[in-house]
Amino acid sequence: MTAALLVPVLAQGPQAPSPTARVDKTTAPAKAWKLPRTPDGQPDLQGFWTNTTYTPLERPKNVTKEFYTREEAIEIAKKAAAVEGEETEPGTIADVHYDFTQFGLDRSQGGFALNLRTSLIVEPPDGRLPPLSAEGQKRAAERAAARKRMGAPTDAVQNQPLSVRCIIMDRAGPPMLPGAYNNNYQIVQTPGNVMILVEMIHHVRIIPLDGRPRLPSNVRQWMGSYTGRWEGDTLVVETTNFTDKTAFQGSSENMHLTERFTRVDETTVLYKFTVDDPATWTRPWSAELPMKRTIGPLFEHACHEANYGLANTLAGARAEEKKAAEAAAKK
Amino acid sequence: MRNQYGRLIVRTAAVALGLLLAVATVTSQAPAYRAPRTADGKPNFNGIWQALNTAYWDVEAHAAAPGPVLDLGASGAVPGGLGVVEGGPLPYKPEALAKKQQNYANRLKLDPEIKCYLPGVPRGVYMPFPFQIVQNQKYIMMIHEYAGAVRTIYMDDQTEAPADSWMGWSNGRWEGETLVVDTRGFNDQSWFDRAGNFHSDALHVVERFTARSPDTLTYEATIEDPSVFTRPWKMSMPLYRHVEKNAQLVEFRCVEFVEDLIYGHLRKQ
Repeated sequence: MTAALLVPVLAQGPQAPSPTARVDKTTAPAKAWKLPRTPDGQPDLQGFWTNTTYTPLERPKNVTKEFYTREEAIEIAKKAAAVEGEETEPGTIADVHYDFTQFGLDRSQGGFALNLRTSLIVEPPDGRLPPLSAEGQKRAAERAAARKRMGAPTDAVQNQPLSVRCIIMDRAGPPMLPGAYNNNYQIVQTPGNVMILVEMIHHVRIIPLDGRPRLPSNVRQWMGSYTGRWEGDTLVVETTNFTDKTAFQGSSENMHLTERFTRVDETTVLYKFTVDDPATWTRPWSAELPMKRTIGPLFEHACHEANYGLANTLAGARAEEKKAAEAAAKK
Repeated sequence: MRNQYGRLIVRTAAVALGLLLAVATVTSQAPAYRAPRTADGKPNFNGIWQALNTAYWDVEAHAAAPGPVLDLGASGAVPGGLGVVEGGPLPYKPEALAKKQQNYANRLKLDPEIKCYLPGVPRGVYMPFPFQIVQNQKYIMMIHEYAGAVRTIYMDDQTEAPADSWMGWSNGRWEGETLVVDTRGFNDQSWFDRAGNFHSDALHVVERFTARSPDTLTYEATIEDPSVFTRPWKMSMPLYRHVEKNAQLVEFRCVEFVEDLIYGHLRKQ
């Protein structure tokens, strides 16, 4: 069983060379590829996509180069897949509730683009988050102190991660970053809108292309307020009006996010985002990763409706406390 | 002169012809409204829509009544409504009617809407929130402001429901001006309204959306559930387009609003 998990499914088929994407090129010669368009002339981003990756956001500490060789990248993916495979070995803790190969679709099971980059971050050139500004450091300390005051993660539902509470997932962002499993998206375009549906928690953004202003500054949203426009063949989406609850990588509610979507070949959309948040970082920073075509359809993810895990986590903590209190009382 | 006289003859004839046609039109059925088309020649239902009725309180005809939370006073009271169900009360089987009455009596505890659960079909359509239709050739998406609920209507690559879900599995087709949506694969968790009207997982809904004017649709839904009802029944209502400038859905991520309601009893004391 684990042998099957060791081999990642690589990007299939010939691909047009793409210097900005640095997605793996196969050995087959590239065929001339024509960018498909919707009936109203937009570059066609439609379909089902996954942004699954083994590439970390920040360059690992012992790495200085920008790109691995293809062989190095494959080796890293294989090693990571093997770790996931270990977790499904009988007798390991993951064996207790789920067979990971049936539930969750870990990264080695879905198609993904073999990314030769050593980090998703492309600016600054060292591939790491820029230094925090003074205000950013202060806020990070305040947030850490506030978290401490809240108590243990199992003390109350509000102490649990947003994803566990089924409020919002990293995969939605924005920016959209993959998790350990199910990084599936669907894009549908109409003359006035680009809709991005995230399978996890059925998050949807309907991005208007009509040049309207974003929401008033007192209306903050989990996914912000976003507007889109085409710059040549790249969809540019700008988002503001975040709350201070998502705190992406420690950001403030005044983060200004710019995302760029470019269809670079038949099976790839290149996704790049730039974070501009002087209240947190001393300079803007950007990251880039490919979205690879995957097989639809998407399924309903009724996360909150079926959130037995959260209830059981809290109930279990209360039961353990009760047991400990009773044991202490007996002494 | 001669030219003007000639034109007068033509104009008079045109007016007479117009009158003749108008009379003919009035005496026969008014022609159906023809919606603008999408690129693939289908009626274009893209836009933001909302129902304007009290079906979300109770799909049957009902008088005004106090709400279940008296502290809300008139704000939480139930407005009266003519009902959207055609042909009188819902045709419950006797044991199902008893369950409906239990649902109503315990609605504060049992109504899935209170817990920010997905609304199901057709309740999502007449919730007091807008929904947006994003339509291309293969997929018609219905995105609800309430709880960010999503329905995908498959116009192509149609399959059966792979598993039960809250919003069901929808296959759609065009019949002239009408979008016909056939939905199965429901679980038994959602309700039809706040009055406890409910269904089983045998629910089968066939909806018809037809443009009746540039900014209104006629919505009809036939509900079939042999486990709960003695026969299929039908509801209908207009849907109104949001025509204000820059209309858009605003997030209603209600999970955060109901966490203490659902998990408060598990908080560490």
